Parts: sequence; C-alpha cells; structure tokens
Amino acid sequence: MKFRKFTLFDTANNALIVMISLLMLYPFVNVFVVSISSYSAYIENPLRIFPKDITFGAYAQITRHPVLWSSYLNTIIVTISGVALGIFLYIVTAYPLSKSFLKGRRIIMLAIVFTMLFNGGLIPNYYLMRELGLLNSLPALVLPMLLSGFNLILMKTFMENIPEELEEAARIDGASDPYILFRIVVPLSLPIIATLCLFTAVAYWNNFFNAIVYIRDVDKWPLMLFLREIIEGAKLISISGGGVENAAEAGNVQITAETLQYATLMIVTLPILCVYPFLQRFFVKGIMLGSVKG
Amino acid sequence: MQATGKLQYWIRHRWLYIFLIPGLIYLLVFKYVPMFGVVIAFKELNLIRGIWGSDWIGLANFTTLFDSPHFYRVLRNSLLLSIYQIVWGFPAPIIVALMLNEVRQMAFKRISQTILYLPHFISWVVLAGILINFLSPSSGLVNHLITSMGYGPVRFLMEPSYFRSIIVSAEIWKEVGWGTIIYLAAMTGIDPTLYESATIDGASRLQRIWYITIPGIATTVVILLLLKLGNILDNGFEQVFLLYNPLTYETADIFETYTYRIGLQDGRLSYATAVGLFKSIVGFVLIVSANYAARKISGKSIW
Repeated sequence: MKFRKFTLFDTANNALIVMISLLMLYPFVNVFVVSISSYSAYIENPLRIFPKDITFGAYAQITRHPVLWSSYLNTIIVTISGVALGIFLYIVTAYPLSKSFLKGRRIIMLAIVFTMLFNGGLIPNYYLMRELGLLNSLPALVLPMLLSGFNLILMKTFMENIPEELEEAARIDGASDPYILFRIVVPLSLPIIATLCLFTAVAYWNNFFNAIVYIRDVDKWPLMLFLREIIEGAKLISISGGGVENAAEAGNVQITAETLQYATLMIVTLPILCVYPFLQRFFVKGIMLGSVKG
Repeated sequence: MQATGKLQYWIRHRWLYIFLIPGLIYLLVFKYVPMFGVVIAFKELNLIRGIWGSDWIGLANFTTLFDSPHFYRVLRNSLLLSIYQIVWGFPAPIIVALMLNEVRQMAFKRISQTILYLPHFISWVVLAGILINFLSPSSGLVNHLITSMGYGPVRFLMEPSYFRSIIVSAEIWKEVGWGTIIYLAAMTGIDPTLYESATIDGASRLQRIWYITIPGIATTVVILLLLKLGNILDNGFEQVFLLYNPLTYETADIFETYTYRIGLQDGRLSYATAVGLFKSIVGFVLIVSANYAARKISGKSIW
C-alpha cells in the first residue's frame, strides 16, 4: 500500500458519502425512535432522532393483535418453503446448463430467456392459479416466484467458472453425476447459493403483489397484507381528514396511529435488518462472480 | 456406429437430463401456460364454461381499449414515470459509484456500502408506510418542517402534481446504492496502469475520473441505459398501488395498476387480459430492439 496524501478531494468526497449514508439511515432511525417514544413526544417534534418518554406501549399493543402472529407465521412458512424449493431448483437446473457439451442447451436457454422477455400478464396467471385450485392458499404465494431467469443465469454462469478438472478427477474415480453435483459442485458454489438465498428470502418476505392478487382470507394473510391494513387506516385519515384541525378532532384514532404503525414497521423489517449485515459480504462477491462472463 | 454413439451420450449424461426435468416442468406450467392463456383477450371469458367453452369475440377488446380515454392516460403515465425515472434515477448510481470508487479507506468504504445497499432490501409496503407518515398533512415530519417555516401544510399524496416526484424520489432512495454494484464491478475491470501513468503525467483526480474511469464504464452505462429503455413500460405495481388513490389516478394510474383494477376489482377479465397483452407485446418488441442495439454498439448481448 503506497502512502497517499489525504487531500481536500478526499475530505469532500467522504463528507458527501457520509451525508448520503445518513439520508439512507435517517428514516430507520426516526421510525425506531418514534416507535419507542410517547405520542406527545412525536407531535412535539416528528423529526426526532433521540427517543423521549421511552415507552414500549405501541409494541405491547401491536403484539396483542392475533393477526400479526398468524401473518408472521404464514410469511415464515412461505419464505422457508420458497427458499428451499427455489434453491434446489436453481441448483439442479443450472448445473446441466453449465455444461457446454449438453445437447439442447441452446434451445433450453432460449426458452428460459424468453420467459424473462414475455409473460402472459396478470389475468392468465390468475386464471391458472384458479384452475389449479390454489387461489387463497399459501402455495399461491410460493409458486409464482420459484424460478427467475435472472437468478438461474447468475448460478449457471458461476458454475461455468468452476474448473472442470475438479469434476473430472471424481468422474475417473467412478463418481456419478448426482454425487459430483452435491458433493463437489454445490460446496464450491456456496457464495452464489448464499447470494440467491438472501435474494429469494427477501423477495418472499417482502412480496405484496402475489398476496393482494391471490389471497382473500385473513388467516392466510402474509405479513405485508397485515402491515398494509395497519397503514391503510392512517392513509384514510390523512386523505379524508387533511388539515391540522381535523387531526386533533380525530382524537383517539390518531393518538396511537403513528406510534403503532412505526412499531409494526419495525417488527416487520427486523428479521431483514438482522440477517442483512452478515450476508452482505457474500452477495456482492456472488453477483460479481456470477455476472462476469467467461 | 452413429446410433450407438448417440445412445452412449444419453446413457452417460442421463442424470443431467433428469436434473432438468423439474425446472422445465415448472417453466412450462407457470410461465408458458399463462402465455397461451392470453387467448382470453380474444374471448368473452365465462368462468363456468372455461376458456375453451367461451365465445370468440375477435379484436373487440382491443377496439374498446384503443377507444378508451383511460388507455391514453395509462400509457402517458407509464411512459412519463419511466422517463422521469431514467432522467433522475439513471445517473444517480453512476455518480455514487464514482464517489465510492475514489474512497481509499477500505473500512469506510465497506461500511458506507453496507448502509447504501440496505434500502434495497426493504419492502415497498414498509417504505410506503414510512412515506405516508412522513408526508402526512396533519403530523408528518415534512409538513412539520413546512409549517414551522410559516407555510400551510401540503397534502402531498392527494395532489396529482406531486405523485411522480414522490415515486421517483422514493425509487432513487431505495435503489441508488444497489445500482452502484454493477458499476463498481465494471470499475474493478479497468487496467490500474492507466491510472499510474496518468498520475505520472500530472493528471488530477477529477481528470483521472473523467478520462479513465468514465470511459472505462461507458459500455456498461450504455447497456444498462438500453435495458432501461427496453423496460420503459414496466413501472412496478407495488409502489404505485400503495401510494395512489382515486384523487391521483390522473397522474398515477399505470398499466400494472389499471390491469389489476379493471381485471380483479371490476371483474372485466377479458378486457384486462387485452390490456396486459398489449403491454407484453410492446414491451417484448422494445426489449428485443434494445438488445439488438446493445449488440451493435458494444458487441455484447444483454442476455
């Protein structure tokens, strides 16, 4: 490492980056702080970044809501099954396609790319789910996002870059393809598998579109539908109510609305905030290795 | 001889084809079957008689579509939202990536990247919840700032004129950090000796960025821009659906939300399929042309 002077340019550049980073962090800090402050502290200064009159009342109230727990459980079920099935499918589909000698590889890749460029649209997909009898069921949240062409190509490209010699040696010893795939290729593909685990888990956890399209009953709601229901109440107030006077009149409804919503936002986002920093080092590497074409 | 060679290939590699079966069945059922489902657009769908039992109505849905003033509103909104998104949102990650690339303190760089990528992982439902509260006319922090400066509160989410700015800003906030990854990857591919010789020749930091880094990522920039243009009709359902309301339909309603409303809320399944099919076909033509252009310019294909 050569010694370089820390110039004015560096100072300005780093200061700007710090400002942008603070802009990214501010909403999270504010939401968290308001969620543990009293409502009067929020009204006094909604911009606050330090809590005042610390209370966990909003959390106590929202965690008593039975739908929070049923929707939490539904989201966990959907996320785990989506990630497990999805990763298995990515592995077994990407591996054969990473072999350049595979007959029919071109046409299969073309068929996969085509699904990224053209789709039937909302109604045919809805109709298919209806015909399969999956409307208003958790599989309707898992199946539509199981395999994405983009992720499949990431994994295929990664596997193409694994040295063939490693597999050859095992093959000479008489190892079968399933053995080679699961004992040699999969352990070598862990960076891309970790990356795709994070991507698919977040996609399932956050998905709202499939839920609003396919799910009706409250007991099948995933977390995002529950969260929307909590927010929707406040949205209606702010649309119909409007001015400051009205908010005061809204009285009791308004008093718990913000802190309650903020507490819900925190509870819903917490799992992502917890796992994200630990997986971050994997996915940047995974994306770069997967997208660099050989 | 030929036949036994072929047979040997299939026996030897049978597992590779067995591995492919579940994935291909999935694609067939969940991607290709809905593609054939677009025939609904040409029929008056009767849910009891099913697709095949329903009557053909030819292009009637498309004539209705092109005669509808809603169609032109939706088309205009979709295009304008994408154009604003490209004008403001496309350069943002390039600028941030150039800044990150100049950071010498590795720990500082890593921490900034962790923070900058974070919003990408936040659900639109969460972000919409935050925005609705921040922009609330009664108690939101934005209006707190505005009223403390002596102005009246602004009803941001009820005014059609603010809608696009709100969506575009939120999208930039959410995706700017994530968008830097691909440019940072392109920057690591630039030959470091170029920087060394430029330094010896006395080039300043800004000159090195302008004459080395930016030309070094130019191909990536062009390809990503073309990709964005190819997806100009795709705006994303969730952010608009969660933030719009009948008062802002005028500027907010896009293809995704329009299809959802007329199809699943009003139950006009055939007409909604026609709207979706129109979008899919135009989108397909655009993205294929974008790829053709990318190949002409850079010699690389997007896929």
